[in-house]
Amino acid sequence: MTLPIGVLALQGDFREHAAALDRIGVSSLKVRTLQELESVSALIIPGGESTVIHKLSVAYGLFQPIKAKIKAGLPIFGTCAGLIMLSDEIIDGISGQETFGGLDVTVQRNAFGHQLDSFEVDLDFEGITDGQVHAAFIRAPLITRVGAAASVVAQLPNGGVVGVQQENLLGISFHPEVTGEDRIHALFAKLAKV
Amino acid sequence: MTDAKATTGTSLVKRGLAEMLKGGVIMDVINVEQAKIAEDAGAVAVMALERVPADIRAQGGVSRMSDPDMIDSIIAAVSIPVMAKARIGHFVEAQILQSLKVDYIDESEVLSPADYVHHINKWKFEVPFVCGATNLGEALRRITEGAAMIRSKGEAGTGDVSEAMKHIRTISSEIAALAAKNEDDLYVAAKELQAPYELVKEVARTGKLPVVMFVAGGVATPADAAMMMQMGADGVFVGSGIFKSGDPVARAKAIVKATTFYDNPDVLAEVSRGLGEAMVGINVSDLPAPHRLAERGW
Repeated sequence: MTLPIGVLALQGDFREHAAALDRIGVSSLKVRTLQELESVSALIIPGGESTVIHKLSVAYGLFQPIKAKIKAGLPIFGTCAGLIMLSDEIIDGISGQETFGGLDVTVQRNAFGHQLDSFEVDLDFEGITDGQVHAAFIRAPLITRVGAAASVVAQLPNGGVVGVQQENLLGISFHPEVTGEDRIHALFAKLAKV
Repeated sequence: MTDAKATTGTSLVKRGLAEMLKGGVIMDVINVEQAKIAEDAGAVAVMALERVPADIRAQGGVSRMSDPDMIDSIIAAVSIPVMAKARIGHFVEAQILQSLKVDYIDESEVLSPADYVHHINKWKFEVPFVCGATNLGEALRRITEGAAMIRSKGEAGTGDVSEAMKHIRTISSEIAALAAKNEDDLYVAAKELQAPYELVKEVARTGKLPVVMFVAGGVATPADAAMMMQMGADGVFVGSGIFKSGDPVARAKAIVKATTFYDNPDVLAEVSRGLGEAMVGINVSDLPAPHRLAERGW
């Protein structure tokens, strides 16, 4: 029996990720405890507030275990706040804000400005060949530096980097889980060999 | 906007921000110091206002939009979304708040209504709105006017959670009742709810509102927040409950944890310990009808 893909369910739109996995026929498990973290074959870190996801993961003893899982090669997919949590370096974090790290990138929080600057756009995505992806950017982060180990998988029409992959890790600035765009989840399931 | 083909201010991005706040706590703050305490405690957003509802209630008089200087200072101080309140129907206050680039406008019964007939036409704005509701019909009317998020009203500034409970129970049971109706009866339901048929049909089909719903009004303890989450709320607003209590830092952190681990009584017991005095509170049943804020709006 294959283990389900976990969705970190501390705060944010974790239900939408679980629904996306359900639509592509992959079972999911909400992860809020160590025991649940041990029961998954891969993990999704959802959109939400990265400051809150950081604090709650520390408060409930998940911060170090997730870092260890990343090092051990657990496949992890982060969207928006999830991308921030997977980045080695962040710009405009709050004092004391830490990330799980793993992606050799620098990410700027709220890089586009206020909610008024949130937007939708179509873009190409590496590995998706049957048409562009419709992407929603909501107070979104931007990848401002891509290290040697990471490769770009999605860019805005102006060239801004909004998706990277590095071995077992996939991080994107936008929210396929709210637009019903399930092809990226399918790519991740393939990466996770589920 | 980053490109000619990018579109801003869509329903998707307005409703989408509320999706990202789910499972979180939005805290009322009246100055930069409180905003930073809220952010440090793990609030997903702050509501910037000059007086918390308990003080508005105590001081009386007409209550209006906050000073733009105060709102600006809070936007500058925190990295999480900042919301601010406009009076019901006061579309110019809303225009000003949009100009200040707040992330969400709360068209709120906590302030004195500016129009007793019309709510704000929220479709005219690029900034998203959250509105209060006491029942399903009211929630659907606000969504029809463009609200991208709903909060049940409760009775703000009391520390009495009973009205919040009444409103979320009412909305949940009305949604369940709709889901059980056949198509013919949905026309009647739309008439009775005073809401558009298409929206009523959508709620009947999906079994939920098309937007995120938080609970507000009277939440003062971790247990209150957890009860609202167990009732199906997507998250909670805490107004006077934190900064009118004896130890706001500890209480803010405890309510954040209780909102995440709402279904784990062991965690709830742990976070409920040693929080000092809760806000004093007023029983809603002791409030004379003209002072019940939930009855503002329709």
